[in-house]
Amino acid sequence: MKYVDEFRRNDLAKILSKAIHQEARDDRQYNLMEFCGGHTHAIFRYGVQDMIPENVNFVHGPGCPVCVLPTGRIDNAIQLAIEHDVILCTYGDLLRVPASDRKSLLKIKAEGADIRMVYSTQDALKIARENPQHEVVFFAIGFETTTPPTAVAIKQAQLEDLKNFTVFCNHVLTPAAIQNILESPEVREMDTVSIDGFFGPSHVSSIIGSQPYEFFAEEFQKPVVIAGFEPLDVMQSSLMLIRQLNTGRHEVENEYTRVVSREGNRKAQALVAEVMELRRNFEWRGLGMVPYSALQIKQKYEIFDAEKRFKVADIQASDVKGCECPKILRGAKKPTDCKLFGVVCTPENPMGSCMVSSEGACAAYWSYGRFRHPEKQQTDKQQETV
Amino acid sequence: MTNTLKRFSVRLNTRNGTIDMTHGSGGRAMAQLIEELFVRHFDNDLLRQANDQAAFDVPGGRMVMSTDGHVISPYFFPGGDIGSLSIHGTINDVAMSGARPLYLAAGFILEEGFPLADLEKIIISMAQAASDCGVPVVTGDTKVVEKRKGDGIFITTTGIGIVPQGVNISGDLAQPGDAILINGTIGDHGVAIMSSRENLEFETTIESDSAALHTLIADIVELVPQVHCLRDPTRGGVATTLNELAQQSGVGMMLSENALPIHPAVAAACELLGLDPLYVANEGKLLCICAQQDARRVLEIMQAHPLGQKAAIIGEVIEDEHGFVQMQTSFGGSRIIDWLTGEQLPRIC
Amino acid sequence: MCLALPAKVIAIDDNDMATVALGEVKKAISLALVEDVKIGDFVLIHVGYALNKVSPEEAERTLQLFAEAGLSDQEPL
Repeated sequence: MKYVDEFRRNDLAKILSKAIHQEARDDRQYNLMEFCGGHTHAIFRYGVQDMIPENVNFVHGPGCPVCVLPTGRIDNAIQLAIEHDVILCTYGDLLRVPASDRKSLLKIKAEGADIRMVYSTQDALKIARENPQHEVVFFAIGFETTTPPTAVAIKQAQLEDLKNFTVFCNHVLTPAAIQNILESPEVREMDTVSIDGFFGPSHVSSIIGSQPYEFFAEEFQKPVVIAGFEPLDVMQSSLMLIRQLNTGRHEVENEYTRVVSREGNRKAQALVAEVMELRRNFEWRGLGMVPYSALQIKQKYEIFDAEKRFKVADIQASDVKGCECPKILRGAKKPTDCKLFGVVCTPENPMGSCMVSSEGACAAYWSYGRFRHPEKQQTDKQQETV
Repeated sequence: MTNTLKRFSVRLNTRNGTIDMTHGSGGRAMAQLIEELFVRHFDNDLLRQANDQAAFDVPGGRMVMSTDGHVISPYFFPGGDIGSLSIHGTINDVAMSGARPLYLAAGFILEEGFPLADLEKIIISMAQAASDCGVPVVTGDTKVVEKRKGDGIFITTTGIGIVPQGVNISGDLAQPGDAILINGTIGDHGVAIMSSRENLEFETTIESDSAALHTLIADIVELVPQVHCLRDPTRGGVATTLNELAQQSGVGMMLSENALPIHPAVAAACELLGLDPLYVANEGKLLCICAQQDARRVLEIMQAHPLGQKAAIIGEVIEDEHGFVQMQTSFGGSRIIDWLTGEQLPRIC
Repeated sequence: MCLALPAKVIAIDDNDMATVALGEVKKAISLALVEDVKIGDFVLIHVGYALNKVSPEEAERTLQLFAEAGLSDQEPL
């Protein structure tokens, strides 16, 4: 596979590993936060940690849009399927996420609700065309990468005058989340989490460009490197972050130049701007209320807004007692710091958002990294109490 | 032999007829179904005796029995169908003990409304598979359930076989130092199924690898009877099966990603859907764990057989109190290959 | 993050749809989010859409950077 295999070559990995070992100074830690689950995945799946020195640490951030979707929104989707008898179209990622009362979309599907997994919003439109007598709701989630496809679907539905198609919109914005993490007490004042630099998300950036991150680099004085999500990209980006930190720079650099530009995909941005607008507030699971961090459908397109058509009410759902997801999402705690991890909370029986999606910090840690360095874990715990 | 077809005045309408409740009620309709479809196609003396059971002599030795339910949907997929799958699957389960499979039983649960044309296709496919394998279906049962109480067709096959003297193959016999081998490419079956659901097309069609492995196993057992473990990595893929074996034997494992045989199209499809081929089902593959000094020989035997041409040594058994299955990645680092959680689903992130 | 992969455009339709190939796998995807795509171009695909073109020159340059990492003129420790 072109442009995939070359970026996994282990001869190049050796070269980069050597360079990182040479340039990472012994007298400090490098805490690099990867914001997106794809980077977490790459690190664990290829064993990138084994190729970098001990003092370079990957801190796992708010994994992925599935992890940060509040339980209440899934409860809403379940309500739509059961009480309004709609055909609910969803990406595969959401099927197993536990909502309130231990329900999930997969569970209610087993009980007879019409839940259909789709690969694309195009599939959802097709289902709407083929079932004119049924209401079809597309459960839209995702960061800025996944938002333009939803905008396209709404415009197409308008063009075709599809009367039975609506979207339940849960799209969220990356820069707002990064800002929230950087402004959290743990990071700002208490300094218990030191995040020295960021890996910028690969594909979000292909849409929004590298420009939005310039604010963070400046305001918080932290370097950002937009990183591709193949393992060589992660290693090269680590090297670039280390170099910036060594020379006291805090700029936005782009490692993923084969896809990301400074201004991003203008056509996609314009489409989204036409169909959606900012919500004043939106709850992120684990981060709480974050202002101007999510999108809703504009009034102009409100006939395609499931929240308006079905009068969807806010549901406040609480997280499980003892679940450390909020801290883990900010990088303030590790999965192993959570009392529930591996005891009650496992991939088969997830308690919180970090374990639910395979991109979540806890799930990734469980699948790929569990117990790899029991001695190292012990040392980390000791360091934290100091 | 009496012409049983004469007993019914009107032939079964296998073109556009469907299963109805009378086909399961024990009366004439059911008798006709059995004669004109099952007995006619499975076509062996034991079945033709028309008893509720099949009686036969068995050679001496340890007997092995295995059973499997088959509920796959869609029933027809590239490379096979639920029928051939049910025959191969149970023959394989019996054969993984080192046994020579002798006979099969087949139970059907049919949903009211199931097309007779499809049923006949499936039975013909089963009969062909059984005949090719030399393992006849000698007894069976049919029940019909009301509409919406069954997913079209469920098939349960049970098989028996005899283990040759001196052969002891079991999942708890893996030892540190042993080699781990597989007879061919991973992930073909699961990708064939999922790709037909996901509207993917392939330049070279990916087909299910559904196959009976008993003759390959017979070759191995004849020349290297001292192999330790044999198991087929079906649901949950190679990863799940190796975890099972590791747990049973109280050992760990270290695989080499570079050594895993995988068809490029399967690799590409897995990338596209966000699947890990180690967790994707196989239906014509077996994992063999044997002493290091036997590995070369087993590999040669596999490669000489039509179902083992892409066979490879993929790792080794190691000491590990945690029982982890680990892998050296082609990139250079290592990772843990854990048990599968739930079902692998295509993902967006 | 978002599972997106580079794939080669092998056919283009009238209604903004294209067929792409990832290795040996072909898939129909939408071109609604990109412009000026020609057969032979590589695009990044995600949830059934092309998000951006992949630049062969930049890809080459990036691989070059990997190969040269740690050689000569980097900042001293």
